[in-house]
Amino acid sequence: MSDAAVLRARGLTFRYPHGDRDAVAAVDLDVAPGEMLALLGPNGSGKSTLLRLLLGALGPDAGDVSLFGRALGEWRREDVAREVGVVTQAEEMAFPLTVRELVAMGRYPHLGAWRREGSADRAAIARALDRCGLTGLVNRSVLELSGGERQRARVARALAQEPRTLLLDEPTASLDIAHEMSLFELLAELRNDGVTIVIVTHNLNIAARYADRLVLLDHGRVAAAGVPDRVLTREIIEAVYHWPVTIGREDGAPQVVPQRRGPQADGQLPGPPDSGVSLPGDSASPESTARE
Amino acid sequence: MMRLVLLALLALAASVFALSVGAAGLPLGDVLDAFTGAADPTTRTIVLELRLPRVALALVAGGGLALAGAVFQAVLRNALAEPYVLGVAGGAAVGAVAAVVFGLAVIPGVVQLSALAGAIGAMVLVLRIALRVGRTLDTRVLLLAGVVVGAFFNAVILLLLMLADVESFRSAVFWMMGSLAGANWRTAGLLALFVLPSIVVLLALARALNLLAIGEETALFLGARVERVKLVTYFVASLLVAAAVSACGVIGFIGLIVPHAVLLAWGSDHRLLLPASVLGGGTFLLLADTAARSIAAPAELPVGVITALVGVPIFVLLLRRSPSL
Repeated sequence: MSDAAVLRARGLTFRYPHGDRDAVAAVDLDVAPGEMLALLGPNGSGKSTLLRLLLGALGPDAGDVSLFGRALGEWRREDVAREVGVVTQAEEMAFPLTVRELVAMGRYPHLGAWRREGSADRAAIARALDRCGLTGLVNRSVLELSGGERQRARVARALAQEPRTLLLDEPTASLDIAHEMSLFELLAELRNDGVTIVIVTHNLNIAARYADRLVLLDHGRVAAAGVPDRVLTREIIEAVYHWPVTIGREDGAPQVVPQRRGPQADGQLPGPPDSGVSLPGDSASPESTARE
Repeated sequence: MMRLVLLALLALAASVFALSVGAAGLPLGDVLDAFTGAADPTTRTIVLELRLPRVALALVAGGGLALAGAVFQAVLRNALAEPYVLGVAGGAAVGAVAAVVFGLAVIPGVVQLSALAGAIGAMVLVLRIALRVGRTLDTRVLLLAGVVVGAFFNAVILLLLMLADVESFRSAVFWMMGSLAGANWRTAGLLALFVLPSIVVLLALARALNLLAIGEETALFLGARVERVKLVTYFVASLLVAAAVSACGVIGFIGLIVPHAVLLAWGSDHRLLLPASVLGGGTFLLLADTAARSIAAPAELPVGVITALVGVPIFVLLLRRSPSL
């Protein structure tokens, strides 16, 4: 059992009721225990749909998903929730819950309908709050939180489930760089503690620096998969995103720098491909100085 | 827990008050004597056979309506949801009005049975429409289906009333305004048979409803069996409303404002919200009914008029104070 993939998808295919093509088409995916895997791809490439299929929130038209070697359909939902914590893109917070109440909801799969919170539950909630730096905010209404704090509260709720696996769907979409980095640092810590992490993100560069493996989707298919250096190549990225890029390096990981496309860049991409990251305003780039 | 005990005591106090108030005003001592058997036969009959079943009916009907409103608000994620929003009351009204207009009201129990049949018919119809549209129960479709089915039934009611003679027109309209005047032990007992098990089932879903109120996908990922919770809630709450409407007509606003009052006072944890709504709804209907039968005694005002006349200003007040809705 221990060598089984955490999540395994085979031939996963799904089309939305009125879609003109498969949103996810014959995708095979293995998530190994303890790895951090990033799902990348352009808008509409099927990242979030794939995530929903992996979680059983959508039923596939073809193919199957198994969790720890057992078909997902055979799992009871509360057992899935004990194994897998999920942070979705956003959710409406209609009721003025406190941070503590929101995070305590993560104990649902352990408590069921009637059981009261015990010391193990309180400890799990306290650990989750502490880990996400929310200890000082427990009694605040979630409606009063900033975007970054709210997202951390939702991560804390998933951690309160005490899952061995964490799935996140663009959790940093509306966060500034400091909040984005601190969330990825937290994920890296969790990964080091043995938590398996699957994250959907648009941020290729942060994914390359933190994830063990990248899976790049394009039109519902896997366009490339593997370690960051194999996926984030100029050829692959330009083919999938239809935009000229150069590849630099940071932390030993490849970094994608999209190029300006205009008359000044016509026929040549600014800077030699392997000279490192060139930033706007760098004196190396005559085009950028010419435009102030 | 303390809050629920407090509400229960309030309900008890309201019951004792309601037993002593009426066309024949009875001192508290006489009311208590009626229970111990020390009172004279007339007092005993008034308290135990006339007023007590009416108090019981008010408590179970008001509690049931408020509970249904609370769970509909959670499952539909709509603050304006109330027990009648899904067309059940419209179906019940068609059944009852048809029975009255076609002269069947003289047979005891026919109006109630006909209302119950209409309500269950509406329930099944709305659910079939909602389930046909998608593979799962889409609560937005459910809400829309309920609203249009309700509108359709309203048209049918108007058509039936067009056919009615003056006398049955009058009694049909009175039925629709809601009243507890027909209360007896059988009606109260039958309604309790619907309400009490429903309370247990829905309380068992309270934690799941907390999750559902945030969003269905989130609830699923936190381990709730979302489709089952939605179906069970819809089914149980609709049946509850069907039974309550059949027993005492369409009494408005309890199912809307009582859950909101509890929510604003004590927050949105359904483990507290649901039982508090039951107790609060029962007490509110009991007090409204006591007012309805004593303000202009011996004449009775329709209790639905009282709940709306008192309920609407309270609701407006809550709405203006609410930080978020």
